[in-house]
Amino acid sequence: MVLQRSFAITPLSAGKREMTRFILIRLLQAAAVLAVMSFVVYTLIGLMPGDPIDLMISSNPHLTAADAARLKALYGLDRPLIERYFAWAKAALTGDFGYSRLYLRPALEVLLPRLGNTAVLMAASLFCAYGLALPLGIAAARKPGSAFDGAVNLLCFAGISIPSFWLALMLILIFAASLGLLPAGGIATIGDGGLADRVRHLVLPVATLTLASMGAHLRYVRAAMIETLRQDFIRTARAKGASEMGVLAGHALRNALVPVVTVLALSFGSLFSGALVTETMFAYPGMGKLIYDAILGNDFNLALAGLLLATAMVLVANIAADIAYAAIDPRISLR
Amino acid sequence: MRRWLEVLRDKRVLVGGGFLLLLACACFTAPLLAKLMGIDPGDVDLYHRLAGPSLAHPLGTDEIGRDLLLRLLEGGRVSLLVGIVAAMAAAGLGTAVGLLAGYRGGRLDAALMRLTDGMIALPLLPLLVVLAALDLKKLGVPASLADSEAVSLYRIILLVALVGWTTVARLVRGTTLSLKARDFVRAAVALGARPSRVMLVHILPSLASPIIVATSLAVGEIILLESVLSFLGLGVAPPLASWGNMLTGAQETIALAPQLALYPGLLIFLTVIACNFLGDGLQDALDPRAERRPA
Repeated sequence: MVLQRSFAITPLSAGKREMTRFILIRLLQAAAVLAVMSFVVYTLIGLMPGDPIDLMISSNPHLTAADAARLKALYGLDRPLIERYFAWAKAALTGDFGYSRLYLRPALEVLLPRLGNTAVLMAASLFCAYGLALPLGIAAARKPGSAFDGAVNLLCFAGISIPSFWLALMLILIFAASLGLLPAGGIATIGDGGLADRVRHLVLPVATLTLASMGAHLRYVRAAMIETLRQDFIRTARAKGASEMGVLAGHALRNALVPVVTVLALSFGSLFSGALVTETMFAYPGMGKLIYDAILGNDFNLALAGLLLATAMVLVANIAADIAYAAIDPRISLR
Repeated sequence: MRRWLEVLRDKRVLVGGGFLLLLACACFTAPLLAKLMGIDPGDVDLYHRLAGPSLAHPLGTDEIGRDLLLRLLEGGRVSLLVGIVAAMAAAGLGTAVGLLAGYRGGRLDAALMRLTDGMIALPLLPLLVVLAALDLKKLGVPASLADSEAVSLYRIILLVALVGWTTVARLVRGTTLSLKARDFVRAAVALGARPSRVMLVHILPSLASPIIVATSLAVGEIILLESVLSFLGLGVAPPLASWGNMLTGAQETIALAPQLALYPGLLIFLTVIACNFLGDGLQDALDPRAERRPA
């Protein structure tokens, strides 16, 4: 896909005041998206099978039909959807997302530690993905059409096409089941939990998410570098006697990064989707697995809070990438 | 016509297209093969669970003793069918969005492209998990349909089509923007053709190649999405086989029968790669002047 951003390109560089305004507007937009999402997801969750009161009845045979009706009235489940949504939203704005049915604790209290685990997984994978994509993409772009470039291209296709849950299965099969080198899941050995142990548990999940998300990034780095290396200013830099490293890192990369960051900004959503699969495969206690378990376990409060927190996280990452985008390319005015 | 023959000179088109064609032939003639082998792919044989390859079962058997080869071909039929049908639906939706956005321009264009960007940027999988878990009866679907076996098939096709249209919309919008400025379109407008006529009669036929390219890329994307949802137990429901749901139980038996985890995933991987090769090759072959698609 060819990605464009709706920024106007002017020769003026962005001032500080403009930047503040830009961030404020983006934050307001994100808040609006979040509000719409919360209503949509609230409605959808109400359409899932099972009813919170029915679930209570099934776990407590002493409840009578009259009790059930009283409970429904108590929790306001007999009121119309809009009214219930606003009651929920009012509580949510004060940080009250209700109780988790599965964990018997406030939903937010369950979510926050998981958020940290997912952030570690996603950040480590993104770091590794770019740690591989930048040098490989640049090296391939120097000699387009060479055997090495062909291999990198094949790697791109493989990365884009591989089902991440199957990749996880294969890594478990090779490194955990056959070789016994690494743990097949979890976050730490019970009774250990030191840093080295945590890292050992992170290797396979991070490898899965890195390989599954790297393809798209590698492809953009390579394409953007090929495009940039063809430009006149690169020839000028070479003619002036700049070293090869200086040309690549100093002149070309900075320009090539502009489209690369655009892709990065749009990729956090799919990275989170990948994290959901990876966490489920490796029983890694992160947000993605929590949301999946909450949805399947009819834990409505937790699922709702988790989905909104995940969306908020993706939107914030998106804004951060947009700011980086403007910082890299001074031609972009932040309207 | 010559343009279409020339397409075959591209190695990626030949390899990707050839593989998909062979696979489709194998999958759709599976019932014939089952007759030849004299076994029913649904036959459970608990005395021969997780068996290795043998003359009767060339790839061995699965966790309840069904023939793995026939199961794989059955699953392939479902996965390919879902991929192709959903990709066509997604292509229709994406073409409509891209054509409207590109031709009308202005506010509508901005709004539709915001929507497309938003779809790409959101964490779609958790949302799809919610959508797949909805109680269809609460949505007013008649109970006879909601409880039937085929409903999981319809649901997954609808779901993946709803999120798979973005690639098509982007490519179609881009081409529409450049076609809009061409003389034959401007002549049609000058002669007083209505916008709907300009779009459908004058622009749409020229969009054939980007639509074909984007659709073949979308097939890959959609097969990947279907497989992950089926794997998570929210897509194609057993006993109907799909490559994704064949892997659901594979994690438990991975030490005993690694082949059960290997083959279905390998087929997903190869099929999606073939779709991407085909789409990429078609893009270069059909539209040599266009800027090379960076991703």
